[in-house]
Amino acid sequence: MNTLIAATDRWYPLRRSAEAVLAPLVALIGAAVLFSIFLLFLDASPLDFLDLVWRGAFGSSFSLQNTVQRAAPLLLTALCVAIPGQLGLVIIGGEAAVVLGGLAATVAALPLINTSPIVVWAAMAVAGSAMGAFWIGISGWLKAKLNVNETIASLVLAYVGLALFNHFVEGLLRDPASLNKPSTYGIGDDNMLGTVPWFDVHPGLPVGIVACVLCWVLIYRTSVGFACRVTGGNIRAAQLQGLPVTKLILLACAIGGGCAGLAGAIQVAAEYGRANASLNAGFGYTGILIAFLARFNPLAIIPMAILLGGLGAAGGLLQRRMGLPDATIQVLQGLIFVSILASDTLYGRFRWFQPGATT
Amino acid sequence: MMDSVGTVLLAMLAGSLRVSTPFLFVSLGECLTEKSGRINLGNEGVLVLGAMVAYATSYETGSPWAGVLAAAVAGLLLGALHGGVCSLARVNDVAMGIAIMLAGTGIAFFFGKPYVQPSATLLPGIPVGFWSDNAQVRNALLVCPLFLLGIAAAVALHWCFNATRVGLRIRIVGDSQDAALALGLPIDRTRLLATAFGSALAGIGGAFLSLYYPGSWNEGLSSGQGLMAVALVVFSRWNPINCIYASLLFGAAGALGPSLQTVGITWGYYLFYAAPYIVTLVVLILTARGGRSLRGMPGQLSIGR
Repeated sequence: MNTLIAATDRWYPLRRSAEAVLAPLVALIGAAVLFSIFLLFLDASPLDFLDLVWRGAFGSSFSLQNTVQRAAPLLLTALCVAIPGQLGLVIIGGEAAVVLGGLAATVAALPLINTSPIVVWAAMAVAGSAMGAFWIGISGWLKAKLNVNETIASLVLAYVGLALFNHFVEGLLRDPASLNKPSTYGIGDDNMLGTVPWFDVHPGLPVGIVACVLCWVLIYRTSVGFACRVTGGNIRAAQLQGLPVTKLILLACAIGGGCAGLAGAIQVAAEYGRANASLNAGFGYTGILIAFLARFNPLAIIPMAILLGGLGAAGGLLQRRMGLPDATIQVLQGLIFVSILASDTLYGRFRWFQPGATT
Repeated sequence: MMDSVGTVLLAMLAGSLRVSTPFLFVSLGECLTEKSGRINLGNEGVLVLGAMVAYATSYETGSPWAGVLAAAVAGLLLGALHGGVCSLARVNDVAMGIAIMLAGTGIAFFFGKPYVQPSATLLPGIPVGFWSDNAQVRNALLVCPLFLLGIAAAVALHWCFNATRVGLRIRIVGDSQDAALALGLPIDRTRLLATAFGSALAGIGGAFLSLYYPGSWNEGLSSGQGLMAVALVVFSRWNPINCIYASLLFGAAGALGPSLQTVGITWGYYLFYAAPYIVTLVVLILTARGGRSLRGMPGQLSIGR
């Protein structure tokens, strides 16, 4: 019955898209209202806050650069959640893929530092993504082959990965010259990634955007992506149709992990020059938030990552001008996350968005 | 040789007694929540918030026990938020837990800033090792009252699940939504209360961190004990008594690296730190094969389907 109506209801696809845009928007506004009340209780002005966030995140070329710099790794770590998410998997161990990817990239670069930078970068990109793909792939394999819950497995493996990272960075690979902050040997200034011509940002941003676009094409415009979405919708139906569910799970986890590992490699090559605790800065956890904000849509990740990067970039200014602690941003992020997830309940609540509602 | 083995074992026992309490409380809390058919990944946020609230309250009132109580109330409220939002249709409880984790730690860091410097009154230890004249043994057996409270809570929870009407209702709601509906049990309310009280227990675990060991408040206080709660509960097969053993084991495994360091073995310090996680993974693999074969796992749990 519903399908019959849907066939004659030409505007239904549009209204469905409107619902998908409106629900998160309502949630963002709700979070903003809650946060304003929070600020008013502290005798701080929400308007000043908004003004400072705008100036600190997007107001000047310097702050804009800071924002996109922060958004770059988040684009890739969000994909680590969103791509497996298409299959209905919740992978929350991207943090380990980032740090191990960065470590593997550094290890791959060290024997090559006297060759050309292009060789070094290629080796780092390949080693970083391969390591990330392998690490998240373990969770996928455990899920597909042994039916181990991927959320818990990836979380536990995140701790194992961090322990391995610390073991190597503070032991075998440690540069004895790094006293206060244990680090590996550096890849050398000549091998650092420069900035993209015309824009004053490192290549992490374009790489992240290209990765998001490619993943969008993969998910929404290829048969493999279609198979992924079918599996995410109903795994039994996918199995009955003879879709290679095991392979799809492994593929999605490997792609997602590869992205997160690449993020680690780029952070090393563009910012730190060596693998150390800077890699363990919560990129993986913020990526989870962004992926859920984007409802696992790779293209929607781009604005969401820039939004979250901007909030992070504004933190310093808020601290200086309003005397708010740096955790303020985290409170706001938490409110946004809670409210976005709660807005999932809005879907299908309103008759107007349903098939045939206007006929 | 025997001497250093003894030193390591004693150090592990001491470490295990010292650090297992937060594991015990978060796993008991998580166990209660999961028995009602819902998962709470937000216990990390509850733990950190509990630690901050306990420390601040103890500093302001001078009474560490008031701090413990305040931590439990803070946990109760955050858990009620989690439980309340998850009662809405189509809200993913796994993702919601991560949101609660973020919000809880954010609120704790925000309001906890002024309490990093001052020193609050801490909880006193109970000298269980008074009979020994070996200082090391006496030091190892200085037990926190919260540890004993945790064991009492585990026994009480076990009794509640197996011998009381409330416990049976929680288990029905967690095991079969259809059966609960047929019996007219209030499913959402049961889960809301189980999540709230489970989080209250996790909050007490946080109070241990700031008021006993390490016994201070700062932003790096928790090392992920709250996140491990989920793994601990899998490890103890949703049985509160097993939560005691699991917590002691995790505590001992965490103490392995530092203990070996005391006798001069420094290799693999961080790898030993990963030992409990690897054990959890092995347990997950051994128990997860083939559908819902995890004995004791509540049937309505979203991670089992």
